[in-house]
Amino acid sequence: MSSVRERGVQRRQTSWDLATLRERLAERRGRVFWRSLEELAEDPEFVAFLESEFPTSAPTEVDRRTFLKLMGASLALAGLSSACTRQPTEQIFPYTRAPEEIIPGRPLFYATAMPLGGFAIGLLVESHMGRPTKIEGNPQHPASLGGTDVFAQASVLTLYDPDRSQVVIYRGGISTWAAFWGTLAVERERWQATRGAGLRILTETVTSPTLAEQIRQLLQLFPEARWHVYEPIVRDHSKAGARLAFGRPVEAHPRFGEARVVLSLEADFLTSGPERLRCAREFMARRRAETDVAAWNRLYVFESTPSLTGAVADHRFPVKASQIEGVARALARRVGLPVPEPEGASVPLDLRILDAIARDLVEHRGKSLVLVGEEQPPQVHALAHAMNEALGNIGRTVIYTDPVEAEPVEHMASLRELVEEMEAGRVDTLLILGANPVYTAPADLQFAERMNRVRLRVHLGLYEDETASLCHWHLPESHFLEAWSDGRAGDGTVTILQPLIAPLYGTHSVHEVMAAMLGQAERSGYEIVREYWKQQFEAGRVEGFADFETFWRTVLHEGMIPGTSLPPISVSVRWEAIAAELATQPPRASEGVELVFRPDPTVWDGRFANNGWLQELPKPLTKLVWDNAALLAPAMAERLGVRNGDVVELRHGDRSVLAPVWILPGQAPETVTVHLGYGRWRAGRVGSHLGFNAYRLRLSEAPWVIEGIEIRRTDRRHTLVSTQDHHSMAGRHLVRVATLDEYQANPMFARELGEDPPDELTLYPPHRYEGYSWGMVIDLNACLGCNACVIACQAENNIPVVGKREVKIGREMHWIRIDRYFEGRDLENPDIYHQPVLCMHCDQAPCEVVCPTGATVHSHEGLNQMTYNRCVGTRYCSNNCPYKVRRFNFRLYADWETETLKMQRNPDVTVRSRGVMEKCTYCVQRINAARIEAKNQGREIREGEVMTACQQACPTEAIVFGNLNDPQSRVARLKAHALNYGILTELNTRPRTTYLARVRNPNPDVRAILGEERPHE
Amino acid sequence: MSEETRRAVEVATPFDPRTAILAPGHTYASITDKISALVLTRRTPRGWFLGFTIAFLLLGLLLFTAAYLLATGVGIWGVTVPVGWGFDIINFVWWIGIGHAGTLISAILLLLRQPWRTSINRFAEAMTLFAVACAGLYPLLHMGRPWLFYWLLPYPNTMGVWPQPRSPLVWDVFAITTYATVSFLFWFMGLIPDLATLRDRARRRFWRLLYGFLAMGWRGSALHWHRYETAYWLLAGLATPLVVSVHTVVSFDFAISILPGWHATIFPPYFVAGAIYSGFAMVMTLAIPLRKFYELEDFITLKHLDNMAKIMLATGLIVGYGYMMEAFMAWYSGNPYERFMIVNRMRGPYAPIYWALLVCNVGVVQALWSSRVRKNVKALFAIALVVNVGMWLERFVIVVTSLHRDFLPSAWGMYYPTVFDWTMFLGTIGLFLTLMFLFIRLLPVISIFEMRALVPEVAEASRPVSS
Repeated sequence: MSSVRERGVQRRQTSWDLATLRERLAERRGRVFWRSLEELAEDPEFVAFLESEFPTSAPTEVDRRTFLKLMGASLALAGLSSACTRQPTEQIFPYTRAPEEIIPGRPLFYATAMPLGGFAIGLLVESHMGRPTKIEGNPQHPASLGGTDVFAQASVLTLYDPDRSQVVIYRGGISTWAAFWGTLAVERERWQATRGAGLRILTETVTSPTLAEQIRQLLQLFPEARWHVYEPIVRDHSKAGARLAFGRPVEAHPRFGEARVVLSLEADFLTSGPERLRCAREFMARRRAETDVAAWNRLYVFESTPSLTGAVADHRFPVKASQIEGVARALARRVGLPVPEPEGASVPLDLRILDAIARDLVEHRGKSLVLVGEEQPPQVHALAHAMNEALGNIGRTVIYTDPVEAEPVEHMASLRELVEEMEAGRVDTLLILGANPVYTAPADLQFAERMNRVRLRVHLGLYEDETASLCHWHLPESHFLEAWSDGRAGDGTVTILQPLIAPLYGTHSVHEVMAAMLGQAERSGYEIVREYWKQQFEAGRVEGFADFETFWRTVLHEGMIPGTSLPPISVSVRWEAIAAELATQPPRASEGVELVFRPDPTVWDGRFANNGWLQELPKPLTKLVWDNAALLAPAMAERLGVRNGDVVELRHGDRSVLAPVWILPGQAPETVTVHLGYGRWRAGRVGSHLGFNAYRLRLSEAPWVIEGIEIRRTDRRHTLVSTQDHHSMAGRHLVRVATLDEYQANPMFARELGEDPPDELTLYPPHRYEGYSWGMVIDLNACLGCNACVIACQAENNIPVVGKREVKIGREMHWIRIDRYFEGRDLENPDIYHQPVLCMHCDQAPCEVVCPTGATVHSHEGLNQMTYNRCVGTRYCSNNCPYKVRRFNFRLYADWETETLKMQRNPDVTVRSRGVMEKCTYCVQRINAARIEAKNQGREIREGEVMTACQQACPTEAIVFGNLNDPQSRVARLKAHALNYGILTELNTRPRTTYLARVRNPNPDVRAILGEERPHE
Repeated sequence: MSEETRRAVEVATPFDPRTAILAPGHTYASITDKISALVLTRRTPRGWFLGFTIAFLLLGLLLFTAAYLLATGVGIWGVTVPVGWGFDIINFVWWIGIGHAGTLISAILLLLRQPWRTSINRFAEAMTLFAVACAGLYPLLHMGRPWLFYWLLPYPNTMGVWPQPRSPLVWDVFAITTYATVSFLFWFMGLIPDLATLRDRARRRFWRLLYGFLAMGWRGSALHWHRYETAYWLLAGLATPLVVSVHTVVSFDFAISILPGWHATIFPPYFVAGAIYSGFAMVMTLAIPLRKFYELEDFITLKHLDNMAKIMLATGLIVGYGYMMEAFMAWYSGNPYERFMIVNRMRGPYAPIYWALLVCNVGVVQALWSSRVRKNVKALFAIALVVNVGMWLERFVIVVTSLHRDFLPSAWGMYYPTVFDWTMFLGTIGLFLTLMFLFIRLLPVISIFEMRALVPEVAEASRPVSS
């Protein structure tokens, strides 16, 4: 933390005092610091200072070594020492009740939250020796219920990214915070004179009450200033749709607890949206092996691009994005709403199917739910609200609240307004807090050119990115793990974010910058946040705590402020407004090729481009890494005569982009989907110049779907790398599926599809596992294929990133992978299945037999152990593993050089060097930690005490791990379930990781209708 | 003896197998002269220098590749997951297989009292040694951490850990080291009388001392010969089972695994037959240029080539039977993984290699049924080369096609050798040729004393019938 804050007044650099010295030194860290002390020892001015401060010891008599010895200690105590990790000087509260001193070897957990898209996901962060190393979900937080997604898991790597900006940059050269505060002071005087005319602030979505309050104070102070909000993954349509339907801004929150029939119109609710984690868990609670068959839910999905929600669906219909409105209208009418003529222009499916779906919805009044995705226009959202009301779902499967965002404006409109002001020359100072509009603004707004007219441009961000390069000032921002802040989850619950480590570099948080804007420079984020909540507490807005200190300690400990979720409000749909809108907007003819934009599933809107874990994470469904692509349906690819990797030109008007093609079965016809977040040029060493920039085609009026684009083959090719080249199960019974009826008729269908050799079929005497016997069950009904487990495993086990060239040959290092299969005979609409595959820890492991040095053996608790230091790397074990879960370090993949990355590593897990095999260990380090803990307390390890990283990260609890010898454990009960089966058991491997077969719940009427077209279904 | 005279004698003399293996008209002295001249008196031909230079350059390639491999890691090759073994194991098996012919000629043909082994056994055994040397590089270098190779040896250590004895790779260690040791001993034993000959005939002091040291005091006395014969036959008895066991153990590398395409009980005999097949092809490839460039047709006659061709044909047929059985069993078993494996070999991405393999190993070798082909030196050379290549393709098909598409389709992948896979392979060929050239230049390529033993029989047989 910078001690600059501790001074009130800026000094000029020529007069020396300890404070200035601190300021000078505060800009430098680490080894440079010590060198600077040496330099200072030669500096005549410093010497003069010493004379004045310490007149009795003339420094000329002191040699350098003694000088350092004398000064070192005192300067350290003055707060200048740079230990490599420092706890924040303020008190932070760990999640355990254990004493708060750090015990080497024992991690502490702290509750905080990660803001993504403005909304907070409650987290517990594991800290080793004062360094955050692993992120978990906070089980008590209502928005995550303990689950996490890939972004939360990978964000710990961003903290330690060596490419993060570390210093203030002014006009391309290194500057200081002090210099910026000075500039700010001058500007503030000008704003005071002009009441803030010409001052504009641009942020992304803000839910932080403290920040919102600060900005409001600023706007009160400078009434002519304006606050604009923009982030590229806009939620404008849902806002507009709600306004259309209800006449005021409200937010819908689905509740799947009672929902038996769910209809999704392009809503990928299981993996996107601020409440995705809660939605996923709630939805899956009604379709897992333990769910009573009668209570199983059913999901219909209409979508243009295959999504993970679509993969889970019982019925999925690939439909062009523009045609979904027609589907919505047709269904609304069938549900009883007076939808005006004409009806949906071309509803591209048999109308009887819509009849059946509508019947299903109506039969489940109050237990159904209609959801619409962000990409759909407002009138479709409004129709969905109307349908939910007509079906009696409001208050049961969907509740409405006031908007959670602090400034619930439509982002595109806000950005457009800013751009117009900049164009007109009315913007004098632009302060960009955390956003990257030069890269992410839609191309038609020409943000970069217009921003150049602004006299003073300031950017606060984690990286010196595209926007920073065009701004006068770039201020390095603190990562959320380094800063005090607060935020709201999707339901409104507030979490106060506490840092786990003092800022690694000379960064400040957005609150600290805002405080400076308000004239309170040098206030720490801690003071700001604490002060705000003290005010709230004293104003009586928080209940249930005796005093503020108790409140503060408790909410930091728990990771949330109870009772802050927004209360439901009663709403009613204004049908006339919707009908009027529908009448004026005839549904589109939707001819030609449509271009659909989607946030990238692993780099989001581009902000994670420099995160190696996320770049190497195979994207769901396409399994592409290190690249984005233009996704086409097989029929369209055939029509154009292109195959995977052929580069096509996508053109709209005078804008065009070259993109490589990837064929995705299940893609809607005549639709091209591109992912945002690639094509960056200032993302850092890892993320720059990858893929193509889809923002160049984006329009502010049509941010998600553009109709009528041209697509043209070129002669170029681009190497796209995918981790899975074969998409079918080739007739092998890997994912076993049945419909609900088939399952009820024959509960053992899954086991019958495989062959389990009898237990006695072995040459060796059978081993009896007494004591603990670890096992795992993965419920394929609950698995979304979201990849949270893959990143969690990577973070927990120090798994290296190998780069695109190595992944191309098949050398990716993930210990767990999600296999994705397309099944069925219709390539245009296949069934999509996901299967996480990790080490099966076979009791008759083929790998153990063939290792010449005995580096892989079986423990007496059932684990297949990989002994890295005994492995000589013959790779016979990998060859003999039928599941191919073993990973080999063909080169030295682990980064042994970058200092900051070393800090992220889990000290309980070896970092492997070259020539050594590795694989899933059932997180043996966690098992051992639990064993030690239990032994110290003189008891057995309890059920649920050991959670593997993958199990803990999974938002739907699809992975279950535990002690098979405990008959009460969840895993033991699931192993006895009818749906439980192992794969490749006919090889007599006796895997300890087994699966629960997938059960689908199709609508018999819809099935019958489809069956006429597809008799084999 | 000139070519015409020899042919005249051949025509005049009735056919006698003993004559066929040594041209008539040789005496003890002429044999010793001829063979030792290659080492001691003849000027090294220019061709030797040319060949040796090329071989040495290739050897340099090997050293460079090995250094780069040790510095950077196995990742410079094309091996990956699922194909964890590529050129490294293919070449290992190829080289070891080649070595078997030498041991068969030296040991088994000795025990079976086949006199035609005499002129070929010396360089064939040398070929075995050098092939084993080349082969042995691969298990060492293909490891991820080759500096810990000694952990595969059973030695008492501070860790208290022994090699894991259920692993075929440990059996390999024993098999290969035994093979190398016994082959070397056998070869060296056979050299002793000839080294003594060279010692006695060497003109320069340095060579006299060197050969003398190596000859270990051989005096040629009756007692020496008596003990020698006993030891020689004992070693032959020791080496004989190795011909079968070593490649059986190598085949266990594959057969013990569970992979379809590897896990087959036919592998031990199939591999042994294949080894002998490829070994004789290599002996043929070496014998033909050797006899031509050094004018050794008197010693390595058409009869030798004929016999070797017959053995090649026989083992080729066994290998062909192996291919047929593999395909049949894959279908007959009904095991979907096995069936897929064989169909994938025939129709998958590596299908051209599979079919090329069948053409080389099963198709081309059928020409050897014809005795005219068996007496046509050029044809034999070409067929031998084709078989060498075919046997390499067979190991490629076995290793790569079985690995690249096994049980879980999500793990299927491809194997593409990198440039360093090739440089390593060429480098081992360079090592082999370098050693071979040095051997030809410095040691008697044909066993002098065994050839001399043939003289009385041949002289008697070549005496004109009519008195």
